[in-house]
Amino acid sequence: MADELESPAGALIAPTSASSTDRFGVLSRSTLLRHTLAALVGFGVLWLLITSFSDYRNSSWIAPIAFTVCAAAGLTVLVGLSGQISLGHGAFMLVGAYTLALVQEHWTTSHGNLAMIGLLAAAAAGAALFGALVGVAAARLRGPYLAGATLALALGLPTLPSYEKLSGKLGGNAGLFVSSPNPPNGMDLYRWQSVICCASAVVVLWVLANVSRSRVGRSFRAVRDDEIAASLCGLSVPRVQVLAFVLSAAGAGVAGGLLAMIDLTAGPQAFPLSLSFGLLAAVVFGGLGSLAGAIYGSILITLLPLWSQDITDALSVHSHKVSSNMPLMVYGIVLTVAMLAVPNGIQGLLRSLRLTLAPGRRR
Amino acid sequence: MFRFLNLTLNGLTNGMIYAAVALALVMIWRATRIVNFAQGGMLMFTTFIAWDLAQVHHANYWVALVVAVVAGILIGGVAERVLVRPVENGPPLNAVIVTLGLLIFLQALAGMIWGNSQAHSYPPAFRFIGYKVGDRTLRFSPNDLFIVLSVLVVVIALYVLFQRTSLGLQMRATAFNPEVAGLLGVRVGRLLTLGWALAAGLGALVGVLVAGTSSGYVTPVGPFDALLIYGFTAAVIGGLDSPGGAVVGGVVLGLILSYADSYISNFIQTMYALVVLIAVLMIRPKGIFSRTSERRV
Amino acid sequence: MKRMHVRVALGAVGVLLATAACGGSSSGGGGGGGGSGGASAPGVTSDSVTIGSTQPLTGPAAPGYSEIAPASDAYFKYINSQGGINGRKIIYKYVDDGYNPTQTVAQTRKLITQDKVFGIFNALGTPTHEKVVDFLNQQKVPDLFVASGCLCWDNVSAHPYTFGWQVDYTVEGKILGKYIAQKFAGKKIAYFYQNDDFGQDGVKGLDMEIPKNMVVSRQAYDVTNTDVSDQVSKLQASHADVVVSFSVPAFTALLKLNMLKVNYNPQLAVSNVGSDPITLSGLLEAFAKQAKATVNGGDLIQGIITDGYLSSPADPSNSWIQLFQKIHDQYIPKLPFDGNVEYGMAAAYTFAQALAAAGDNPTRDSLVKAVESGLPQGPGLVPFRFSADSHAGFTGAQVGVIKGTAIKLLGSPQTTDDGGGAVQDFSGTQPQAPSNGIPSSG
Repeated sequence: MADELESPAGALIAPTSASSTDRFGVLSRSTLLRHTLAALVGFGVLWLLITSFSDYRNSSWIAPIAFTVCAAAGLTVLVGLSGQISLGHGAFMLVGAYTLALVQEHWTTSHGNLAMIGLLAAAAAGAALFGALVGVAAARLRGPYLAGATLALALGLPTLPSYEKLSGKLGGNAGLFVSSPNPPNGMDLYRWQSVICCASAVVVLWVLANVSRSRVGRSFRAVRDDEIAASLCGLSVPRVQVLAFVLSAAGAGVAGGLLAMIDLTAGPQAFPLSLSFGLLAAVVFGGLGSLAGAIYGSILITLLPLWSQDITDALSVHSHKVSSNMPLMVYGIVLTVAMLAVPNGIQGLLRSLRLTLAPGRRR
Repeated sequence: MFRFLNLTLNGLTNGMIYAAVALALVMIWRATRIVNFAQGGMLMFTTFIAWDLAQVHHANYWVALVVAVVAGILIGGVAERVLVRPVENGPPLNAVIVTLGLLIFLQALAGMIWGNSQAHSYPPAFRFIGYKVGDRTLRFSPNDLFIVLSVLVVVIALYVLFQRTSLGLQMRATAFNPEVAGLLGVRVGRLLTLGWALAAGLGALVGVLVAGTSSGYVTPVGPFDALLIYGFTAAVIGGLDSPGGAVVGGVVLGLILSYADSYISNFIQTMYALVVLIAVLMIRPKGIFSRTSERRV
Repeated sequence: MKRMHVRVALGAVGVLLATAACGGSSSGGGGGGGGSGGASAPGVTSDSVTIGSTQPLTGPAAPGYSEIAPASDAYFKYINSQGGINGRKIIYKYVDDGYNPTQTVAQTRKLITQDKVFGIFNALGTPTHEKVVDFLNQQKVPDLFVASGCLCWDNVSAHPYTFGWQVDYTVEGKILGKYIAQKFAGKKIAYFYQNDDFGQDGVKGLDMEIPKNMVVSRQAYDVTNTDVSDQVSKLQASHADVVVSFSVPAFTALLKLNMLKVNYNPQLAVSNVGSDPITLSGLLEAFAKQAKATVNGGDLIQGIITDGYLSSPADPSNSWIQLFQKIHDQYIPKLPFDGNVEYGMAAAYTFAQALAAAGDNPTRDSLVKAVESGLPQGPGLVPFRFSADSHAGFTGAQVGVIKGTAIKLLGSPQTTDDGGGAVQDFSGTQPQAPSNGIPSSG
């Protein structure tokens, strides 16, 4: 399985010769600087977008795209870099959401928006802890067996709040309430939610970009490419694999926390199997292993259903049966056709375009 | 004791259904090394065809069943040729996404044709009222017996096909090593298509059987999704390469779910599936019936 | 190679910018906030009022309930054909949430921010609408006549913009409970209920009237699991003579089927929302063929005890039924004329009453004030409880049994509160429907 997962090297985190130069302190520090600069610029641009967008675009586009990016970025590190698979990343989002809700419930503080950073960190930590647990089990499994186990996880975990002995604490099928973040003066709720989501996404991307360029990232790739060779080089393969799960789950945990904060609720039905599948589709469609690809993929899976709905509405199809299923159908067709037409994802397509247009840059 | 008997019979019936889905998944896995996530969608769609015939056009139960199975075979074959063939040798995740895309497409198409707003009931083949034991009535009916027996017959037929015919030999050879099989004159592509077609036909049978039970309704999205998950769980428990393992895995899962549902809680059914799966995989990482583990390097 | 990072980050942002440019022009109007300013309330123009709703057009609650919104829409279209309310046509935008709370949140947010509706009307479902009620009140959006009998809609201080409509499940539970406790005195009683606020509120009402020692088993079900065979086995093992069910129609049908399977035939009592005879017999149709000597689904549900707060759709002499039947035949002839259609039209009538009373230039606040000043009972069998202190809808219901394809009401309507108040007979009479079918303003 692992060898088959050889990914189209994503631009952000391509396994390049740069790894050898990273040993020089100055350069690796400048990598950090570069990422920080990119993050700041990125957030600045997002800020402009958020303030110019309407309530609708902020609440239905920006915020959902941003939290999807958090989860997809984590997943692409797991699948694309460490060569493991998860069909159930929604489960980690669920753990993040419930962690946030539970911490909020038991933690009274007057620090408002400062507390929010703590809540999101808690969501990340809760999911990371759970990720470690899952990772230990996952390190023993390969290919379809790991796929099956994570799938069962995504399906099983959302039923847990309904269990009689836990439903008192976890709110049953209805879930837990989460109180809304308080926008600072002069900003409306939707913009503020978008700001929180985008800031979180930028932080998650920044962390993952730095990690994947570090020694840890190289150990992920080494294990992905050849477990036996990696262990001969002194890497503990299970330890590396667990670490990948922990990192990946933390990203999903932040996403889940954000989702709960926007929906004002942490409930099991917010994390259906289709969410996990959508995340996987996002990272594969964007280009496996590439953080930029995770962004493209998240944009696609968030906007595609909204746009096909709008187009269907505009066409005013008479039959309700047809119009109500049109977005789903477009989604299914786009997924299938995209995989057949662009097997390496958008990032792979961009890379091959770049190579065609400027063959001299082939390293 | 009566309760335990009821739960056992109930678990057996459900288990046979999971076993059949698992078997279909194993057949496809052996043929093309792909887990077919569209299995649930495919059998949902063929069950709708049967429903349309039986309930709207008042066709005979058996006619509707046969048409559904034939439709399943066609859908499976076409899906392999058109959608799966191009990604068969690509990255494995692409094949996963393609089958997911097909699942979503089929759900949407069924919704467009038959609507999502109504849950349709489907006639059982035989009496669905349980057998009488003394003055008590079992939770096991002639229709449940029919389900158990039909899956059993199909399993035996498939066993004979794989083990006793030259077609079966070719299919096994293809599953074992497509390149060598091709060199030996086996028409590999055609056999892969056949594998998908047979699996989808089996799925279609399961769909119609489930629709006629007292927990089955025909809807584009819903009960049929769970079937795929339990079927997949059963297949993984048994070992994805082992048809016999799939059947055993299905029955074991059915029984465990039935007991746990009643004795522990019936709100966390999928949680039991997870626990069983993890427990089995921690002991045997490639399922109960896996051969000595070989890792492709 | 290294500069690629920045480029990629910027590239990604570029995609966002491009999408922004595609449709940035359409983002008009501030929207959102409170509706205190004159005629410029969101969703209100000089000749129209746009309202929105989330409905289970698909999913486990869709059977039966998916007819409600089209029926409301039919009534609004009828009003519009007569010139609308105060010269404004009512545009009803209902969207599917699949009875899935997550979808409800997303769709409601879209209705408020993109479609900029005046208010939410008759949004359906307890577990679903619970998730948006805080949000709607935060945004000061009128949230009228929630299609659910949860007690939670009547909370004036926390949710000043939310109003119930149908009788709440606790009142319903009390009325059903009193009838059952009297009629089946000394018998064993068991409950079957949905494991959320819908089922639990109902059970709360039942427990107020049925002595605890009569109740031998309590079985809950989850809407995501259609296998209820184990619950039925446990009900049977308890030897209950009467099973009271607070369930949606699909699960009432599953309950009945699984009871048939194990030859368990207690007296069934089902709350109003789960007992529409036409919906139930449709769900049971195919199984009926294999059950005993019966030939149609309707035969399986005869004699089920239930309750109602509207007239029976099978009563052609009733002026409201005549009105609704006429509108049904003209606008939605393909749907069965059943309790769901009647429900949708009756709720729409109540909305028309409220809008008419909200003045010539309705605002979000004037609409809320109009309901708080009380509404005539309209097509209901009992009055509303609406006031500045109460946002609860109908005050009671009338017990009935399923006979043929309709509910035959027994005795007289009864009213009570959701606390310790007694269940009392209601002696008032139902008003006649207005001749043109449209409520007059004021």
